Amino acid sequence: MIQEPRTSPEVGGMGHSMKRKEDGRFIRGKGNYVDDIVLPDMLFMDIVRTPYPHAKILNIDASRALATPGVLAVITGRDLEKYNLHMMPTLMSDTQMVLPTDRVVYQSQEVAAVIATSRYAAADGVAAVDVDYEPLPPVVDPYKAIEPGATLVRPDRKDTNHIWHWEAGNKDATEQVFKDADLTVSEHMYIPRIHVASIETCGCLASYDKAREQLTVYMTTQAPHAVRTVVALVAGHVGLSEERIRIISPDIGGGFGGKVPVYPGYVVAIAVSFLLGKPIKWIEDRMENLQADSFARDYHIDAELALKKDGTITGLRVKTLADHGCADAAANPSKFPAGLYSIVTGSYDIGAAHVAVDAAYTTKPPGGVAYRCSFRVTEAVHAIERLADIAAHELKMDPAEFRLKNFIKPEQFPYKSATGWTYDSGNYKGALELAMQKINYAELRREQLEKRARGELMGIGISSFTEIVGAGPSHTFDILGLKMFDSAEIRIHPTGKAIARFGTKSQGQGHETTYAQIVAEELGIPAAHVQVEEGDTDTAPYGLGTYASRSTPVAGAAGAMAARKIRDKARKIAAYLLEAGEEDLEWTPGKFTVRGSPDRSKTIQEIAFAAYTNHPQGMEAGLEAVSYYDPPNLTFPFGSYICVVDIDKGTGEVKVRRFVAVDDCGNIINPMIVDGQIHGGLAQGLAPALFEEIQYDENGNIQGGSFMDYLLPTAMETPNWELDKTVTPSPHHPLGAKGVGESATVGAPPAIANAVVDALWHLGVRHIDIPITPFKVWKILREKGVSE
Amino acid sequence: MIPSRFDYVAPSTLDDAVTLLREHGGEAKVLSGGQSLIPMLKLRLATPTVLVDINRIPGLDYVEERDGALHIGALAREAELERSEVVRSRYPLLADTAHVIADPIVRNSATICGNVAHGDPGNDHPATMIALDAKFAIRGASGTRTVAARDFFVGLFTTVLEPDEIVTEIVIPTPTPRSGGAYRKLERKVGDFATAAVAVQLTLDATGACQRAGIALTNVGATPIRAASAEAYLVGKPLDATTIGEAATMAASAAEPVADRRGSEEYKRDLVRVLATRALQTAARRARGDTGTREG
Amino acid sequence: MSTHSITVTVNGQAHSAEVESRLLLVHFIRDTLRLTGTHIGCDTSHCGACTVLLDDHPVKSCTMFAVQADGHAIRTVEGLEQGGALHPVQAGFKEEHGLQCGYCTPGMMMTATALLEHNTNPTEAEIRQAISGNLCRCTGYVNIVKAVQHAAGAIRAAQATSPVQGVTAETAATA
Repeated sequence: MIQEPRTSPEVGGMGHSMKRKEDGRFIRGKGNYVDDIVLPDMLFMDIVRTPYPHAKILNIDASRALATPGVLAVITGRDLEKYNLHMMPTLMSDTQMVLPTDRVVYQSQEVAAVIATSRYAAADGVAAVDVDYEPLPPVVDPYKAIEPGATLVRPDRKDTNHIWHWEAGNKDATEQVFKDADLTVSEHMYIPRIHVASIETCGCLASYDKAREQLTVYMTTQAPHAVRTVVALVAGHVGLSEERIRIISPDIGGGFGGKVPVYPGYVVAIAVSFLLGKPIKWIEDRMENLQADSFARDYHIDAELALKKDGTITGLRVKTLADHGCADAAANPSKFPAGLYSIVTGSYDIGAAHVAVDAAYTTKPPGGVAYRCSFRVTEAVHAIERLADIAAHELKMDPAEFRLKNFIKPEQFPYKSATGWTYDSGNYKGALELAMQKINYAELRREQLEKRARGELMGIGISSFTEIVGAGPSHTFDILGLKMFDSAEIRIHPTGKAIARFGTKSQGQGHETTYAQIVAEELGIPAAHVQVEEGDTDTAPYGLGTYASRSTPVAGAAGAMAARKIRDKARKIAAYLLEAGEEDLEWTPGKFTVRGSPDRSKTIQEIAFAAYTNHPQGMEAGLEAVSYYDPPNLTFPFGSYICVVDIDKGTGEVKVRRFVAVDDCGNIINPMIVDGQIHGGLAQGLAPALFEEIQYDENGNIQGGSFMDYLLPTAMETPNWELDKTVTPSPHHPLGAKGVGESATVGAPPAIANAVVDALWHLGVRHIDIPITPFKVWKILREKGVSE
Repeated sequence: MIPSRFDYVAPSTLDDAVTLLREHGGEAKVLSGGQSLIPMLKLRLATPTVLVDINRIPGLDYVEERDGALHIGALAREAELERSEVVRSRYPLLADTAHVIADPIVRNSATICGNVAHGDPGNDHPATMIALDAKFAIRGASGTRTVAARDFFVGLFTTVLEPDEIVTEIVIPTPTPRSGGAYRKLERKVGDFATAAVAVQLTLDATGACQRAGIALTNVGATPIRAASAEAYLVGKPLDATTIGEAATMAASAAEPVADRRGSEEYKRDLVRVLATRALQTAARRARGDTGTREG
Repeated sequence: MSTHSITVTVNGQAHSAEVESRLLLVHFIRDTLRLTGTHIGCDTSHCGACTVLLDDHPVKSCTMFAVQADGHAIRTVEGLEQGGALHPVQAGFKEEHGLQCGYCTPGMMMTATALLEHNTNPTEAEIRQAISGNLCRCTGYVNIVKAVQHAAGAIRAAQATSPVQGVTAETAATA
């Protein structure tokens, strides 16, 4: 039940679908994205990239480039090596080349940087750099990569391509359960490499001011403070000390995780700016973005369920090979190289589970978690929801019945899973039943039977996912040692307006509005009067940034806690002004009233004014607070999605006829913004399910390295999303909110995949790997003798 | 995404344009809609030294029916075909085709003559023009000539055009009564090239049998492919499920697809069969006058 | 002949400049004229973030040279607001949460503006088709469709109350 807002629409606290405060500049074309920013004497950087996935660099000849009009310099790895800046650490404590000194390890890897007076001259310079390579064998198949005798990708790091092994759960208990099972269901699934492809690519404008000895970098980054600290650690030895570094994330045109890693281009731009004392602008183009930036997924999964014959799940076993490319540069919390993948028991009460993941180096770009995945939760949910559907079909049980039978029950929360997570709250049955009712599930099953009798192929797919977000408690979570708290600093002005700064960074999620609404909720100051800022490391309190749906759970909580500290001080001031005891005052949004004397009250605005003009003796003036919030747990949003598809037997096309999404993200700050997040997430769930894939041929050449072949759905391929909600607050979050940004990318792909397999199950089809292209479907149909 | 340098000229007559092309040999390229050429320049896949922009030449942007034919000028845009009532009602194959080229924004700039002159097997109009028995008026430094669409495409990205020649007009004979056409294309998403596509133009005789059939295939060979055997098979026969099925199968065997990310050779061949079936069904319905619109 | 003098009318104002033949129109708009509301999102003419109106038709300004625009009139997102009043399309996008990161938004709005200048009552299918050359990663398109419908409603309402025939979207914005 969605609660009624406690505040008026004029105040705009939680629950109001307030129109966004940030829209004014965007609808006028006055956004401030990195490429919009111009500094005096600015130079341009463009990058020479290798066509070979694995090669020795024999020679780099920059003479033609240096003779090109407008070109000022060509920087190579050897130049950076002089300053020990040719290598950098990754977020998972691996290392990665900034520019190579002797070898390249992925196609389109950065090889040299051209500095020029204009964008066009820099491009001409890149075309004029001649590089001689001696090709080496590419390493494309991660299974072959970890076999003995495989060509080494990282001889500088290890004498094997096996990066790490990681386990969760109880291996022996799980083995026993599988021995005792009435039946087991297993499947191999490959979730291919995909790419976020936010419409704005990555880039930066690095400006080192030699007179002030200060570095300012405008950067497309979702985590500016972490970047500042990493730059200070990496480049401190050349004089870039942390207090002299300012990272500014301006407006960002979509992040989705792809703007968390530190890319070589940033580091080169910073180094060149430092050496030349001039601003250096580097903006990658789309093909560079798709071919060299951090990817997502690329998990080869073997998953099995142990079951009783009545359909009760007793155990889950998952083994996975992770293709990490040439460096482990995924942005995972450090103790979780496979992210939060062990959430793979999902929404089900499973007594025993074991998850094992191995990671392999290949000659491909590094990464793994850069596409709205909550740290590998997309992979985990895909595995369990596909398995659940296969099990249901094998048992000839309705997939909804199967899920309802196995769901964790509301009274079991907080629920300790077999892999060690404590789920805060959930109502899986409620969400699924609402989705079934909304889509008229029983009627659809009847229709399916009728159509099947006529040879028409229609499928219904369910995904009942549990998300795990809000990283995270300091006892368990850190990135490169930095704990994953987040922060808010709120200051109330004399006239009762406010400024609130946070350690996160919105890339479209609406923080300028939602954070203001949190302050409005807690203090009764209208959200319209709360100025929200993020992204400038000189002014924002330290935070770990926005990704993995952590802003509302962590920074939003910090905002509430800081506001409550302010309210505590406001109470003291109010008591002083009203000449009453603090304990005699009652708070309603926006004012303190003396209990029993409704005419004796002070508004927050009056209190704010008094904080500067009439504060009690012995108290500091001012009205502000900072909170660094260490969440006690993660939060667990959830939902049930149901998808209906019709398959064209002639062409193999899958048409999504309906898609109902019931989400539960706890208490909702702004319903309009939450729905927007879900719409967008669903589109980015549809895309990998049916369209998106980055492949490498056996020679290591990328396929799908431009928008010609990396297919983003348009408004024509995207159905109308039908949304609904249940509300199960988080018991530990100050606002009861859970976060929602990635629920839909997590939940949607298996709903669609399940629908397609459901349409074809009667033909003997058990599983289809995403993306489910028309070609794949056609092949299956023809193999099964179905044609038009 | 920055082109290499080139000189740019925007002549105001066709004669001047053609003279410039001859002067520069293969080093000059014609700029009309630019929606195929400019992307190639940006990727430096093409590096002409001179661009001859014909957009300033007046009198080339017409789509008009006269003298028993539809005349499409060199600068007529795809969007104009979509807007034209004449095209929608009497040349539904052409309307179908225009509707699935690239996306609506590109269609405001892209020209029909450019689409055929470029020689890209992925372009849609070539097959349509073959099915419609269109002729292309060509102007070069040595004069003018007319080439039938079916003789125009000779190889991958290769047409009969000499470096100094421009396609100035496409002429499509106005279909006689009891005619109908349809274009059926499978694209992975809006904006993609065809996985396969089939263009069909039919004329029926008074008994409802096929009098003339034009069937051509897009993106399943180095050039657009005329399914001549399928065409010949249909002449004189009624258009029913059997004959349509047979013709579609024959059209599929005329295809010479190459496997790529869109699918295997077998898939594309079968797609030709499926799309040809659907295009033939729709074209026949339109020819019978069941509906005169593209939605038929 | 590698540089040319051009004069382009942008949002009603004439701008003259000396440009290289190969200067893309989008760079002319962004870098020469410093109108940075028009964005670049790809290099293969797919995304539509660079969409502007050229003589009232949407074109991808990344797939055109500035020299081609000589003597023509261009409208960009900066020209939508007139006399301090938001264009109905801008108002629609704000009212219906039709934008999140804002990067595809200018191109999307220019396409919508042109659509509504030709058709003040488009169906949902017509709207989706019209914007099928503009990619968005954030919104899932549903609210963009609603934004355009909202704008269409406002334009029709303004036309209904206006006594003058042929009210355009621009005059509707100030009505």
